[in-house]
Amino acid sequence: MINLERRKALKTGGGIGLLAILTSVGLIQPSNALATYEVIAFDAKSMNETLAALGVNTPEDSMSVHLTVPEIAENGAVVPVTVSSLIDHTEQIYILVEKNPNVLAANFTFPDGTESFVTTRVKMRETSMIIALIKANGKFYRTSKEVKVTAGGCGG
Amino acid sequence: MNAPILKNGFFVFLFSIYCSVVLAESNASDEIAKYREMISDGNPAEFDEMRGEDLWKKPSGPNKVSMQKCDLGKGIGIVKGAYAELPKYFPDTDRVQDLESRLVFCMTTLQGIPEKEIIAKPFGGDNYKPDIESYVAYVVGQSKGVKMNVSLTHPKEKEAYEIGKRIFTYRAGPYDFACSTCHGQDNIRIRMQNLPNFNNLKDSQAAYISWPAYRVSQGLFRSFQWRLNDCFRQQRFPEPQYASELTIDLAIFMARNANNAIYAGPGLKR
Amino acid sequence: MGNPMRIRASVQEGMTEVKVLMQHEMETGLRKDADGKLVPAWHITELKAVHNGKTVLEGQFGTAVSKNPYLVFRFKGGVSGEKISVNWVDNKGDTRSDEVEIS
Repeated sequence: MINLERRKALKTGGGIGLLAILTSVGLIQPSNALATYEVIAFDAKSMNETLAALGVNTPEDSMSVHLTVPEIAENGAVVPVTVSSLIDHTEQIYILVEKNPNVLAANFTFPDGTESFVTTRVKMRETSMIIALIKANGKFYRTSKEVKVTAGGCGG
Repeated sequence: MNAPILKNGFFVFLFSIYCSVVLAESNASDEIAKYREMISDGNPAEFDEMRGEDLWKKPSGPNKVSMQKCDLGKGIGIVKGAYAELPKYFPDTDRVQDLESRLVFCMTTLQGIPEKEIIAKPFGGDNYKPDIESYVAYVVGQSKGVKMNVSLTHPKEKEAYEIGKRIFTYRAGPYDFACSTCHGQDNIRIRMQNLPNFNNLKDSQAAYISWPAYRVSQGLFRSFQWRLNDCFRQQRFPEPQYASELTIDLAIFMARNANNAIYAGPGLKR
Repeated sequence: MGNPMRIRASVQEGMTEVKVLMQHEMETGLRKDADGKLVPAWHITELKAVHNGKTVLEGQFGTAVSKNPYLVFRFKGGVSGEKISVNWVDNKGDTRSDEVEIS
């Protein structure tokens, strides 16, 4: 079920996205392209739903995608994830957590000149596969690793 | 008969199971060490330090005085390196004090804030960050990189240390636990965490210099008083009064045992 | 206005590395408070890093990014003294912008 509350909240931020704010204070040029917030993908509950929302068919397993995660996370609230793509013209990196209530955790867009590399931290509800999905030249590539979680990180 | 070979085979089998269990356990410890290393940069306690520093400099309380007038043991206004020497004896109160009891003293006498108010809810929670905890973050951060140097020159310091030592092994509560029940020997573990043995110098140092810390499992900065309070809770002891003599005696025992280690806090933990 | 971020940026051999620690509760909307009530989802949704008027990174966060989000990224170029700004907006429309000089 798509979380209607969240979609409403996103819409009623005056419909103001980051692009508008930054353009209005002159921080970026209006011509910079911006992807609209992937509401449906972030709301998707299963891997299949998420991939469908992102328009991904069958991502190719690739050794050129490097995923660094701990084998064991002492606490699921903070799981460090580093993704690095050696594939030319990498445009986007998506981080997915297979067994989370919402599979897509984050995505990043890399303009020319920015290394297709990112480190961040995600919450994991339980032991699960973490999947790094890359979009390059319109095609999708992936790699994955399991992270064992000793204490789930979404509860109070 | 094949009996002797079977018997040998059986023991080899048992031994290999034993090895794989021990190996699995030590692998788990290694993996957890790796996890801790991976999250060691980017400590949200920095925000508590920042908040504490801002508050420290602000005139507050009914008397509108700033904590810059507080003496943490190295003289009024000196915060750098103060935590590495605490707890210690203070002539103006004629007793041994840890950081938190000293902060309570300054907040009450200098700023005029009632003590009841400060110790009623001294630990952070949902949408609640008590000023005293932010002061703790700021002050301990100002001892990062400083060598632990708790002195036992004053007779009251010596006495507090000895009492703390006794408290450490004092069995009480419905489970008859003492601190030493969990922290008095090597290789004691609760679930995935290996517990420091406070009869061991290295463990004592490593444990003490990593607190206070930001606990990712709680998403909050946790002070040393909180850590003691939580230990008491886990032992099913009655709740200790915040910054009471009991907690100070335990604190000086543990701090002194960490002497010469380089203080590394605030830490970042599970 | 959201809470301040900590940003560190340094350049080495033509590559600028930026480390950001943001202050945000990042509530999933699945957690219950002490009274048993669900705490509403509250999280950063988009972020953008800008250098010399050019976007060097865009990100979109769901609820599963950790509380007090941490981010490291690298881009070509950047000279000591130049500014990097990091900007975010959350699902309540709150925003935060901080900038730092490349060291």
